[in-house]
Amino acid sequence: MTEHATSPPPLQRTLAIGRIEPGSAEERKLRETWETPPGWRGWLSTVDHKSIGLRYLLTAFAFLIAGGIEALIMRVQLARPDSTLLTPEQYNQLFTMHGVTMIFLYALPVLSGFSNYLWPLILGARDMAFPRLNALSYWIFLFAGLFLYASFPFGEAPNAGWFNYAPLAGLTYNTGPNIDVYALGMVLLGISTTVGSMNFVVTFLRMRAPGMSLDRVPVLVWGTLTASGGNLLAVPSVSLAFFLLWLDRRIGTHFFDVVNGGRALLWQHLFWIFAHPWVYAVVLPAMGIVSDALPVFCRRPLVGYLPVALSTVATMVIGFVVWIHHMFATGIPALALSFFGAASMVIAIPSAVATFAWIATIWTGRPVFRVPFLYFAGFVFLFVIGGLSGVLTAAVPFDWQLTDTYFVVAHLHYVLLGINVFPVIGGIYFWFPKFTGRMMSERIGRIGFWILFTGFNIAFFPMHIAGLLGMPRRIYTYAPDMGWNTVNMITSIGAFLFAFGVLIFMWDFVYSLRRGPVAGDNPWDAPTLEWATSSPPPPYNFAIAPRIASRHPLWEERISGKMRSRLDEGYILDKGREALGTTALDGDPDVILKMPEDSYAPFWLGVASLVFFSGLALTAWWLAALGLIGCGAAIVVWLWPRRELGQRDDTPEPHETGATP
Amino acid sequence: MPATHKAIHCASRSTRAMIAFLAAFVCHASARADAPLNYFLHADGPAATPTMRLGWALAALAVAVALIVSVLLVGAIIRKRPPPTKRDASHVQGEGGGMRWVWIGTGISSVALFVALAYVLVTLESVASPRKEPALTIAVTAYDWWWKIDYAGVTTANEIHIPVGEPVKIELRSADVIHAFWVPRLAGKTQTIPGVVNEQWIQADRAGVYRGQCSQFCGAQHAHMAFEVIAEPRAQFDAWYAAQARPHAADATASAGQRLFLDRCAGCHAVRGSDANGTQAPDLTHLNSRRLIAAGTLPNTESNQLDWIRHAQRIKPDSLMPSIALTAAEAAALSAYLRTLQ
Repeated sequence: MTEHATSPPPLQRTLAIGRIEPGSAEERKLRETWETPPGWRGWLSTVDHKSIGLRYLLTAFAFLIAGGIEALIMRVQLARPDSTLLTPEQYNQLFTMHGVTMIFLYALPVLSGFSNYLWPLILGARDMAFPRLNALSYWIFLFAGLFLYASFPFGEAPNAGWFNYAPLAGLTYNTGPNIDVYALGMVLLGISTTVGSMNFVVTFLRMRAPGMSLDRVPVLVWGTLTASGGNLLAVPSVSLAFFLLWLDRRIGTHFFDVVNGGRALLWQHLFWIFAHPWVYAVVLPAMGIVSDALPVFCRRPLVGYLPVALSTVATMVIGFVVWIHHMFATGIPALALSFFGAASMVIAIPSAVATFAWIATIWTGRPVFRVPFLYFAGFVFLFVIGGLSGVLTAAVPFDWQLTDTYFVVAHLHYVLLGINVFPVIGGIYFWFPKFTGRMMSERIGRIGFWILFTGFNIAFFPMHIAGLLGMPRRIYTYAPDMGWNTVNMITSIGAFLFAFGVLIFMWDFVYSLRRGPVAGDNPWDAPTLEWATSSPPPPYNFAIAPRIASRHPLWEERISGKMRSRLDEGYILDKGREALGTTALDGDPDVILKMPEDSYAPFWLGVASLVFFSGLALTAWWLAALGLIGCGAAIVVWLWPRRELGQRDDTPEPHETGATP
Repeated sequence: MPATHKAIHCASRSTRAMIAFLAAFVCHASARADAPLNYFLHADGPAATPTMRLGWALAALAVAVALIVSVLLVGAIIRKRPPPTKRDASHVQGEGGGMRWVWIGTGISSVALFVALAYVLVTLESVASPRKEPALTIAVTAYDWWWKIDYAGVTTANEIHIPVGEPVKIELRSADVIHAFWVPRLAGKTQTIPGVVNEQWIQADRAGVYRGQCSQFCGAQHAHMAFEVIAEPRAQFDAWYAAQARPHAADATASAGQRLFLDRCAGCHAVRGSDANGTQAPDLTHLNSRRLIAAGTLPNTESNQLDWIRHAQRIKPDSLMPSIALTAAEAAALSAYLRTLQ
């Protein structure tokens, strides 16, 4: 007992402040502590946020390519009237999988990839708050993606559109496994999104570097935080909807079954209560990428940090009361529609704040025309067009004409490609040196940008016109006398040009992985913390916990004349896997967090979940039971109490001495 | 210098090519201005015209804003800046400046949005319901993939007749999945939802044929689920109505064609006044009074009728109409019978 009294437990010791030089014994010890062993064992068990982030990026990109190929096949079919390349059933599966892939398997996961990789680096942390949950989130995303594609090779892919309206998606009109795969795949994917979102929220509250108060957090973090908060509230709605639909189909309930007292319209409400906030979830982090990275190329901090951060949150809040604008044509009374129409127009105001902040940043700065700048400036242009066409669709009576036409298809592609794909590719050019230690090509990057930008507008701008000419969405062909021939041909040509631009980007990516010039720690002279560590970063991210005194620590000295942040001298956390927990508002040091090592449990929990959902899809209850038992076993292994992870440890290890009270 | 010269020359040439291309495109598009579902340049009734004007106003606003913002963006990128002094190669600016952009830009945008919103609400009020209560109500039921049209005492399919200049109430039902009823030049769209009766109104101020289309994805043949609204003067409408109300004049002795029809078609199709009383497919009592067949897919000619009967699955794959094998004699007999459905 006296021993306890004299030497406080390791979680309460006073941390030493000091330096750890690269190559020193302390640094080697840190590296050994945090490194994932090479080989397949490490590959399956790693919980390093950097590996997980890159996996998210690459997997999402693979799905982008799959969705893109689906789109190109559809564009061949639609290039000319009365085409018979595809049967209606094939076309319906292709457009459904295109939507499902792009919206669920590309758009959010790619941003989760950036945030997973970048958050701990930007926040000056060792890892995400829950590293193993992070690994689980990735594995389940991967397995849910494969699950959703499982019936595709058999010609039984989901075929009722990504909105999947009941009763078209019900058993009466859709007897195959198509919709079961979609319904269960979405519930599985919802688990990934939910645990990922929880991880971001807790990481934000707990893992920021000492001194990083709320007003010193980069905008990407606000974007992902807002998206995660939104997801936590929105995903339950869609998971429930898909689960109820599956119950209707396979267990015999009647939630959406009109003949037995169910309500068809219930599906639309449950789906859009989720899907509209989701639309913001897949753009706000991308807007954050631009808000953080564009200023680097303007050689000044972002204009209007506070209004931009606030408008990010405001967008999501308003985003929860606009779902009815997808349902203006369902017969809801005009008075109710007018409220939702008004909210849908008001949501343009926070977007205006961000737009003018970006333009002002360029105007008052000194732009440097590197490839990421081109993508971000192009993004601003596409964002404005997508936003304006959104205002048109928010106008209730005009939307009664626009909805379900190609005008909406044009709008959503300007929004999703303009606000997601362009910042993502710009972001990859920007952070590629951090990911790999090498630069991508400036020359190929420029060529690629102009082809993508031109191809994009040639492909998608004419869709506005097709919509105004009355072309409905989701038709597998059209008669030659409808006036849509020319616009469709132009769109198809543009789509292939755009695809060519993507190929150029991919070629640059692959080439630069091996041949790109070596980048150094901070090739863009950027101000945020991820550039303070080496490229690629060491397994432990930062040898010491940096202390932050401004929003742009690496520019601090040049902007304010003195350097108050301390980046190479700080708290030393070297007793095993440790991270510093800080307070939620001010980022004051609060607690030493014991971080878990690599573990197979997330992988096996993912596999067991996949088995469980496969059992449900095949209505093979024994298989589902097996999967459930597997899940239980994996969770027991995961949660098995271990002393080194104990946060309330009152039996200090005898060798522990670290401590000055 | 020559290089610059050449670049300018190239630029002007590509601009000229671009303008020529756009001009060709616009001419082409206007030659096709009869795109039958075009609601942006054509509106022919009080449920559609205010919406079209609203669309013009919003589109003009959007184009203006897009141009202004683009000019500001390009201006911000290319504007001349004082040359940097040698020492500030690594110079970065402070956080100050630029906030006026945000306040002024957002302020102007908000005012524009609220003005637009007021116009939207006024338009909504004017198109949501007709000024006077409609005298005529038509019940439309959407089926996979055609439209059943019911007047009091008259049932037809895929062709709605209305009197010119009068508001008409449309009651919308669905027999299966969700569809949407849309006649772009007369009104916006409304979903037909199983278990629910939706309503909308249309009015045509000019006599003519207005194309309609299902706009909510409803399965395999969503693409071929069209219909027509035919607006005609009241007297003509009344005559049409009277003609449609008459049952088929039954022959004393059933022809070979009619026997074939009863045998092969009557399970789904009805001919009022005969023993054919199927309800799952279009009523064919006055088949030949209609302009189109197969839900707006083919002109209603004798050869198209036969083609449709024999090759329905080729023309509309996965539709509920089977392709029916007929010998030449059977085809001739069936055709002869169908000819009597005036």
